[in-house]
This record gives sequence, C-alpha cells and structure tokens, in this order.
Amino acid sequence: MMDADPDTDRFEEMPDHLQSGLTQNPLEKIWVPWMSSRLSRRRGSSVPQFTNSPTMIVMVGLPARGKTYISKKLTRYLNWIGVPTKVFNVGQYRREACQSYKNFEFFRPDNEEAMKIRKACALSALKDVSIYFSQDHGQVAVFDATNTTCERREVILFFAKENGYKVFFVESICDDPEIIAENIKQVKLSSPDYLNCDKEEAVADFLKRIECYKVTYIPLDDDKDRNLSYIKIFNVGSRYLVNRVQDHIQSRIVYYLMNIHVTPRTIYLCRHGESELNLVGRIGGDSGLSPRGNKFAAALGKYIRSQCIPDLRIWTSHMKRTIQTAEAVGVTYEQWKALNEIDAGVCEEMTYEEIQENFPEEFALRDQDKYRYRYPKGESYEDLVQRLEPVIMELERQENVLVVCHQAVMRCLLAYFLDKSAGELPYLKCPLHTVLKLTPVAYGCKVESVFLNVEAVNTHRDRPVCDEPQCSQTPPLRHSRAQPMASPAPTKAPCLEDLGLTELSLENVSVDRDAEDALVTVPDHI
Amino acid sequence: SGQTLADIKHTVFLTKEQASRPQFTNSPTMIVMVGLPARGKTYISRKLTRYLNWIGVQTQGECILYIFIYLYRDYSKEPKDCVSAVFDATNTTRERRGVIISFAKEKGYKVFFIESICDDPEIIEANIMEVKLSSPDYEDCDKEEALDDFVKRIECYKTNYVSLDEEKDRHLSYIKIFNVGSRYLVNRVQDHIQSRIVYYLMNIHVTPRSIYLSRHGESELNLLGRIGGDSGLSTQGKKYASALAEFIRNQAIKDLKVWTSHMKRTIQTAEALGVAYEQWKALNEIDAGMCEEMTYEKIQENYPEEFAMRDQDKYRYRYPKGESYEDLVHRLEPVIMELERQENVLVICHQAVMRCLLAYFLDKSADELPYLKCPLHTVLKLTPVAYGCKVESFYLNIKAVNTHRERPANVDVTRGPEEALRTVPDHF
Repeated sequence: MMDADPDTDRFEEMPDHLQSGLTQNPLEKIWVPWMSSRLSRRRGSSVPQFTNSPTMIVMVGLPARGKTYISKKLTRYLNWIGVPTKVFNVGQYRREACQSYKNFEFFRPDNEEAMKIRKACALSALKDVSIYFSQDHGQVAVFDATNTTCERREVILFFAKENGYKVFFVESICDDPEIIAENIKQVKLSSPDYLNCDKEEAVADFLKRIECYKVTYIPLDDDKDRNLSYIKIFNVGSRYLVNRVQDHIQSRIVYYLMNIHVTPRTIYLCRHGESELNLVGRIGGDSGLSPRGNKFAAALGKYIRSQCIPDLRIWTSHMKRTIQTAEAVGVTYEQWKALNEIDAGVCEEMTYEEIQENFPEEFALRDQDKYRYRYPKGESYEDLVQRLEPVIMELERQENVLVVCHQAVMRCLLAYFLDKSAGELPYLKCPLHTVLKLTPVAYGCKVESVFLNVEAVNTHRDRPVCDEPQCSQTPPLRHSRAQPMASPAPTKAPCLEDLGLTELSLENVSVDRDAEDALVTVPDHI
Repeated sequence: SGQTLADIKHTVFLTKEQASRPQFTNSPTMIVMVGLPARGKTYISRKLTRYLNWIGVQTQGECILYIFIYLYRDYSKEPKDCVSAVFDATNTTRERRGVIISFAKEKGYKVFFIESICDDPEIIEANIMEVKLSSPDYEDCDKEEALDDFVKRIECYKTNYVSLDEEKDRHLSYIKIFNVGSRYLVNRVQDHIQSRIVYYLMNIHVTPRSIYLSRHGESELNLLGRIGGDSGLSTQGKKYASALAEFIRNQAIKDLKVWTSHMKRTIQTAEALGVAYEQWKALNEIDAGMCEEMTYEKIQENYPEEFAMRDQDKYRYRYPKGESYEDLVHRLEPVIMELERQENVLVICHQAVMRCLLAYFLDKSADELPYLKCPLHTVLKLTPVAYGCKVESFYLNIKAVNTHRERPANVDVTRGPEEALRTVPDHF
C-alpha cells in the first residue's frame, strides 16, 4: 500500500513557477496560468504557430492565368483554417484611380502616363498591406497583380525586407489557348472594364491587353531567382516547380495549391435523415433514423439517381444516422470519423432545457461566442474546423461528391465554400431533409437548395434576443491570435463587422439571464 | 521478354471490402526510386515506407509496391552480363523505365517516380560517409580510400544516367527532389496517396536535430490508478517538472520548440520550463469515452466484455463513445508532419500519444504500438542517424507510479476478474 501524499497548495513552499497554478478559461476551456500579482506573462499559445512573421503571397503571371481565382480561393482557405488573410487586387486600385477603362492602349508598355498610375496603384496597395499587418492583425496578404517584371518584383521584395515580411511567389504559367479562352469568358467579360461592351470586341481587346504584357514578361528564373521562395504552376496544375519553402504556412499553401483543380463538378451537402433524438430535441448521441428520416433516405436515393451524376463519391460519418441514410442511396460510401457531429461532452443527449437547467452558465457562454465555445469535455466549432481540414482538402481533390453529415459539421463545410466568417458560421441554416448543391462558378460557388419534401423537425436555434436592450456582462476575450474571419472585401477599409464585434444590445447572452430568456429560441420538439 | 523483377521488394496489403476509412487510391501504386548512388534513395524510401506504414496501418487497406533500384555492387562488370541489369539507373534508363511502366500497365498498377538529384559535393560526401562506408564492400578499407573509390563509382554511373525529362517524360507521374529539398518538380499527381507522398517528401529534411518525448509529470489521477481525465500534477509530478526544466537547460538545445496538449497536466509540466510553448489539441490523451476517470478494476466491474475486447486487439479497440489507438494515429498525423518540418522539439504528452509517436519514429507495428513502454518521469531523446533513429532514455530520478499494463494471458470475454486484473499496476 502506498502512502497518500495529499496534494495541497502550500504556496510558500512551492517554487515560483508552480505557485501560480492554472486556471481554465470558461469559454474555450483552455488552461492558462493564473495572473499572479507579479503579472507573469502568458507563455503558452493555445494553437500551434504557423509562422512568426507576416507573409506576402505575390502572384505572378500574364492576365487570364487564374491569378485572381487562386488568390481568392487561397484566401478563403486560409481564413477558414484560422489564418487571417486578405487579397489586395491591384487591378481594383487601378479602376478606382482611373474612372473608366477605354481600351487596351492603357496597358501598352510605352504608355508612360499609364505606367505612372499603375506603379502608384501598386505602391498604394503595398501601403495597405502594411496597414493590414500592423493594425488589423493580418497574417497573410495576397498581392494579386501580374508582377511580370523583375523590376516590379524587386520593389515588392525590397518593401517586404524593410518591413520584415516573408515573401512567397505563386506564378501561374499557361499556354493552352483553350484554358485562356475559357478564363476570359468566365471572368473577364463580366468585369467592370467591359461593362457595356460587345462580347467579341471585349475578347479582342483583352487578347491585345495580354500581348502588351507579354512584351515585358519575365518569368521567375530557376537560376537567377533560386534564392526566392516560390511555386510555379504549369497549365492549371499538371506540373509544379517548388523552390525553398520556408515555413509551415508556405508548406500548407503549396499542399493546398497542388490539390485544387478547375474541372467542373458538383458537391452535394446534406444532413442525415431526421433521427430519433432529433424528434425529442436532444443533441448529439448516436441514434437511428425516425420513420420520416427513413423516408428522407429513400427520397435522397431517388434524387441522387435522378441527377445522373458520373462517378459520384459518397461520404458519411461514423454515426449510425448518416450511415443509415447513405445505405438507402445504394452506392458504396466511405466513412470518415472526421465527419462525426460536434462532441457536446457532458451535454451529450441533453435537450436545451436540460442544459439550461444543469449548466446555465455554459449555455450562456455558448451564446456569447458560439464559434469558440467548447463544451465541457467536448468540442468547439473551432475544433471542428481543425478536424474537418483533411475533409476539405480531399473535397478539393475530388470531383462529384455527396457528403452526408450533421448540422454543425455541415455548417463548417458550408462556411468554407461560401466564405462565411466565424461569427456567421455557427448560425448558418442547415435544415434537415434539404440537399445543398454547390457548383463552383467564376470566383465563387453557386448554391441551390433542394428540399426533398419530407417533413422534419427544426433543429436550428438562433441566438436568443429579448425586448429590452441588455449588455453582455463579459467583455470579449483577447486571444493570442486574431479571430478567423471571412475574406474581407478587397479594397474596403475594414469595418467593425469584419473584426467580429457586433452590437450585443438586443441579445441576451448574459450568464445572469432567466431560463425563459435563454430558451426563447429553442425549436419545438416532443 | 525474359527480364525479371527479381530486385523488387514489395509489400502488398489486401484492400478491404467496405471502406471504414477513406480510400486513398483504388489501384496499387508502384513507387520507383531513381537516382545516382549516394543521392538518398534508400534514406527516402525507408522513411517514406515508415510513414506510409504508420498511416497505412490506420487505413487498413493500401496497396503500395516499392521498387528499390538496386545498383551494381561491382561497376567493372558489363551491364549486359548482369541479371539485375534491368532496374539499374545507369544504362539506357528510359528503356528500363519503359519496362517498369509496361509491367505496371499490365497489372493495373499506378506508377509514381521519385528522383533524387544532387550536385552539391558536400552533401554527397556526407551521405557516403554516413551510409556507404559501413557497407561490406568497404569493410577493410581506409576511409579516405573508400570515399575516393565510391566517388569514382558514381562517375561511372553518371555517363549513362538519364534523368527524368521534362518534355519526354511529361506523361509520367513523378517528383524530382533537388539538393535535399531546396527545390521540387512535381508532375501529374494522379490521386490522394501520391499527393500525400509529395506533401510528405516536401516536409522532410536532413538537418541534424533531436526530438525529446516525455509524458506530463505524475498526475493526481495517475496516483489513484484512474485513466484519462484532466487532473493536475501530484507533488512528485511537480518535482518532475522542475527536474525536466533542469535537464532541458543542461542539454543546451538550440532553438527548442516545446509542445503540449490542451490538458492541465502537460501544461503545468511545460510551465516549469519557463519558455514559450504551444498547445496542440491533437496531443490530448486518448479519449476513454465511458471509461474516463475509471480505474481498471472499475472498468472490469462495469464493462468486463469491453475490457476483454480491448486486450484482444488493443490497437483497433475503440472505447464506447471514445477513441482507439487507430483513431489516435489519425489525429496525430499533422503533429508528425510538423515534427518532420521542425528541428529541435520537446513534446510533452501522454502515454497512448507517446506510444503512437514513438511507433512512428521507431517503425513499430500496430501490435507492438499499444504496449510500448513509456514510463512517467522519463525523457526519450530521438536522434535521426543513418536510416533510422537513435533512442536515449533519461530517467530523471523522481519516483512515480507505474501506469503500464501488460497484455494479460487470458483475453477471453469469459475470463474472471482476477485474470483480467492480473497485470494492473499498483495504485492507491
């Protein structure tokens, strides 16, 4: 028998660093050291650090080589995984500087006045980049311009060096006339530059524009530029040349760029059919489908067959209700544990009423910051995004996929495709028995919502509001890195909404609220 | 046409019917290494195999065939006299690669080439010193002479070596690695597994460094023989934290990164070091679900069948509403990838987690993994050397309970409690 040695906190006897002990922050359940009277500095970061300096991703390439497409997609991805990223599109600065676009002559290399304007725009964009990094807590800036001359790239490198930013070039090289024609059709003809133009004229003008750039275009050189960090993408990804990846974030960016493609395809997202626990308003658990849920599964099978999708992959989670749903479709499916519903920890299988009764403070904290709130012994939406990252990566690699998953999971996936912020993500509407059909188009994603006409309970709980204005008791918590956001608008100055601060006056998320106020937005159930 | 693949070493896993894991690929993949001697082909192959096995063990059904391109031991022999001429990189290599490709096509295999190109004489010399000179060919040789001889060997190969060509080989799937990773050329990645292979190869490096693995200091729940939970350090555990801090200081490690989990006991341990650390949720201990914070006696009492099933297949067994070792490996993959990218790192984690990480570095099988010995208050220092990893174990002389439970002799569900609990270590 061993002798018990009671672990008592005898402050005076313990060495300095162990005296302070740890406390768990109530929202994210992250252990942090107590702030002692000597103000010990917080030594831990609650997430792995991707990089220590801000990084500029500099696009390089002739017009219509997919630079803006890549810029936007990459930005969307980085923001989703929690790296604050913003695109700086120099073309837009140019459009603001020159009221209207006449024709390609603006881009002639011998047009000195235009050259001055163009250079000024680039410098203005660079200035905004440094504001983004120094004042707006940005970590990655995507500098979207042709950057086709050594001279321009030197300017950028010099600017970055002065400010201590890392630089990673992404060059897109394409000589396939079909791809270029398709690009022009998809995104150039609808550009503000060609607003009132005849299609054929616009195409002809744009092609002449490209010729202007070709005269002075010098691609990154394998020898002269061997000390730079870059990736060259040839012909939309059939080949890549990667040089001197410096750190984790660059490695992730390379991996991402090597996995995306432009082949047309469709992603179908839906939840499992209504489950037994859904019916009684209980969250989580691993129950089977209700009779209506089974009807939905059959309807889903019918719908999928009617869509005649070539080579459709079907993914489910490891939970009974998604698997039962997929079984009805009658095609082989793959199970991903990463697609499991958010773990509600001690609140698993409770109704919201029970959570309010047993954990009223937790319930309120969740309403205060649903994205980062972690259930005791459970997960947060933020955790979910991290575990869904390999799913997103594989979705990018794949073509036609149907993902049968869960409410919180579907919200995370949808937020990625539709570029939704951390504030919006946990409140995205993903009702039962509704398939969302996502089709990439131009720079974004088209969404079609298909309700399969089988009734189900509503499981969506909005942030509770009340009639009288109240303010939240707890101030927003400071974190070791900025809160993830949706990709900000390219040239607008960030406003309060972008920074995740919203008016709280009409919402009742205070820990002292009544049970009635807490439960006002809980949907009906048995 | 009479040529054999005698030099091929391959490992084949049978694919499973219904995928309880995402399928990386639908056809078996042949990975073909290409390059002159002392370019790191064997090093890369072994490391890649280790990685794919570690994640492959988790996916239960990958088909990876490797071809190691064996080179002549004796360069004085004429190529056409040698049976193993087929896959030599020295002569008319495009034809030889053509043979491989036809073979693969016949069998329905995908082919992925990995070519290592190096023109930095320092790196080549270092490679030769580290791995070639210990070969039987140079047993009784003076080091300088041996080096010289090997360099001459390489020159012979060079005359006939034909690298993968950007134009002529543009339809092949391959990655070319230049000078140990400063540059990569990637062509036509076909599927997920090739994408993962490329990602892995782009993250590994050969810079000398050490990885330190340790568990948190003894915790209050450890003392009581309870598994899981999120308790703080016991008095002994706190002593260990201080001892660890001193140990680390004495090691005088350059630019050490410190990683912990999100659990109190690893963070308390790291706090004692007085340096910045990063918390990884992925490093959290295995989730024992319904058995969280129970003693083994309690588990035996409440879930005797579960307890027995765990002993039957500890790697794949998943706690009810919890995790399995297999799940753990899956969630640790990004940690491994980042460990590969990093240099000196101290990972303060947990028993099951440490077993998984150790299994990766020491190439342990799924059967061995859950029984690897990772005692409290002991630091394991891993240093990559030649084709593997040197391990040094440092017990920091602070007593702690033993938390290692060996597989009992009787794993049958009908066994009695005494047989089930025979190997449970002492606790309060």
